[in-house]
Amino acid sequence: MDHEFFITLWITFKLASLTTLILLFIGMPFSYLLAYSDFRLKPVVEALVSMPLVLPPSVMGYYILVAYSPRYWFGDMLDRIFNVRLAFSFEGILIASVIFSLPFMIQPLQNGLRALPNQIREASYTLGKSRTVTFFHVLLPNIRPSIITALALTFAHSIGEFGMILMVGGNMPGETRVASVAIYDEIQSLNLDAANKYAMVLFAVSFIILVFIYSINRKHDTWKMI
Amino acid sequence: MENDIIEINVEKELVSAKGRINLHVKATLKQGELFVVFGDSGAGKTTLLRIIAGLTMPDKGYIKMGNRVWLNTESGINLPVQHRNIGFMFQEYALFPNMTVFENIRFAQKKKEKHAAGELIEKFGLSEFSNRKPGKLSGGQMQRVALARALACKPDFLLLDEPLSALDARTRTLLQDEVLKAHDNHLTTTFLVSHDLTEVFRLAQRVLKLENGQISAIGRPEELFIDNHISGKVQITGNVVKIEKFDTFYLLTIVTGMNQILKVTAFQNDVENLHEGDQIIVFSKAFNPIILKV
Repeated sequence: MDHEFFITLWITFKLASLTTLILLFIGMPFSYLLAYSDFRLKPVVEALVSMPLVLPPSVMGYYILVAYSPRYWFGDMLDRIFNVRLAFSFEGILIASVIFSLPFMIQPLQNGLRALPNQIREASYTLGKSRTVTFFHVLLPNIRPSIITALALTFAHSIGEFGMILMVGGNMPGETRVASVAIYDEIQSLNLDAANKYAMVLFAVSFIILVFIYSINRKHDTWKMI
Repeated sequence: MENDIIEINVEKELVSAKGRINLHVKATLKQGELFVVFGDSGAGKTTLLRIIAGLTMPDKGYIKMGNRVWLNTESGINLPVQHRNIGFMFQEYALFPNMTVFENIRFAQKKKEKHAAGELIEKFGLSEFSNRKPGKLSGGQMQRVALARALACKPDFLLLDEPLSALDARTRTLLQDEVLKAHDNHLTTTFLVSHDLTEVFRLAQRVLKLENGQISAIGRPEELFIDNHISGKVQITGNVVKIEKFDTFYLLTIVTGMNQILKVTAFQNDVENLHEGDQIIVFSKAFNPIILKV
């Protein structure tokens, strides 16, 4: 029982950490693009990024399952070329989790960048610094609260996802059974003790993360958080 | 020499408080001089500076510095800001909040000259707060840092956007000295935006007068603002702060750029069209002053 408990938690935090890390690499160039470029399809892109905020997780889970299925071109290609089936696997829920938490990484970064006075960026250019150097040495250091917020929110949100992970992952112990799904399972089996343990851990972790965010941002306006 | 010439011909439609203005600046200038761009707010001074810097794209434009074409909208040439070797001083300073004064200046310098940051800091009197971040500096200190930073990369062109407008008279004079020194030492082509006549007279070798988006005049300050056929031995610029009428004459109270107060008598025809707040030049021909050393 205890062994299962820790494995479940391990999968949960592994999923959240990897999601956050992957999204950090995707999110930085993406948020830069959205903060500073203007192109005709921009509202479409921004809407797509924000979809996970409004779409029911079951809808996303459905579409992702369809995409993973070998009867669809994407799943078919993965199966034939890489011999990989994503449904009900850890890699499968990882990809789904990345898509699902996309706005939680991108929006704080994008807003943080947009809140910086434009002249700081221009001043760096006048000093001969390239856009890359400017991004890493001038822009990023000045949006530290936004970066921390983005990391913490993405992590916390990944821990909390239930419906979509259940659909795409299928609640396989040791593979795709994360804490939020395990609680549901244990309640169904009337193991309220076990459910309680999971719930407390998740509550505590989420709470600590939020307190952390608000402490870091105490010097800044917390309403600018997202 | 052909290498010494600056050619500018840029057009941009601006929307300002006065409505739509078509900025059209066409000028041939000599490198190495200190130009003051003079005009009212909204005339397009900042935009012109930004176009020269490469921060704003004009609707149509051609800029050639010596034998390098910086901008040619027709043939699609647009040298990026980073490659124009300019020092730009923004009206709002634009110091990097995450770096100390020292780091701000060192960031500006090219790699081989890191030790020179200390020298520059001493020259501008920034030593006592060189370890502070911009958030902990006063307006005057920030402006000094901004000027030092603009000079730190040893630019070929210096662009200063109303760099001294928010300062008290004493700091203002000190920084004007620094701008003059920097220019004289390296003969850096300098464009300085100002709407303060005293500053124009003090710094400009040549004035570009911008009115409603067009250059209405280019010349030395004396040529632009004073009637040529008058030769005054003493000239003082200042603002009229009080006009008092007495029986047969008027008494004007004037505050000069150095914050000195003068009282001058004037007659009816002098004060026609004169209002409190106007900028004036007082000059006198036959003048026998009494001089006292303090």
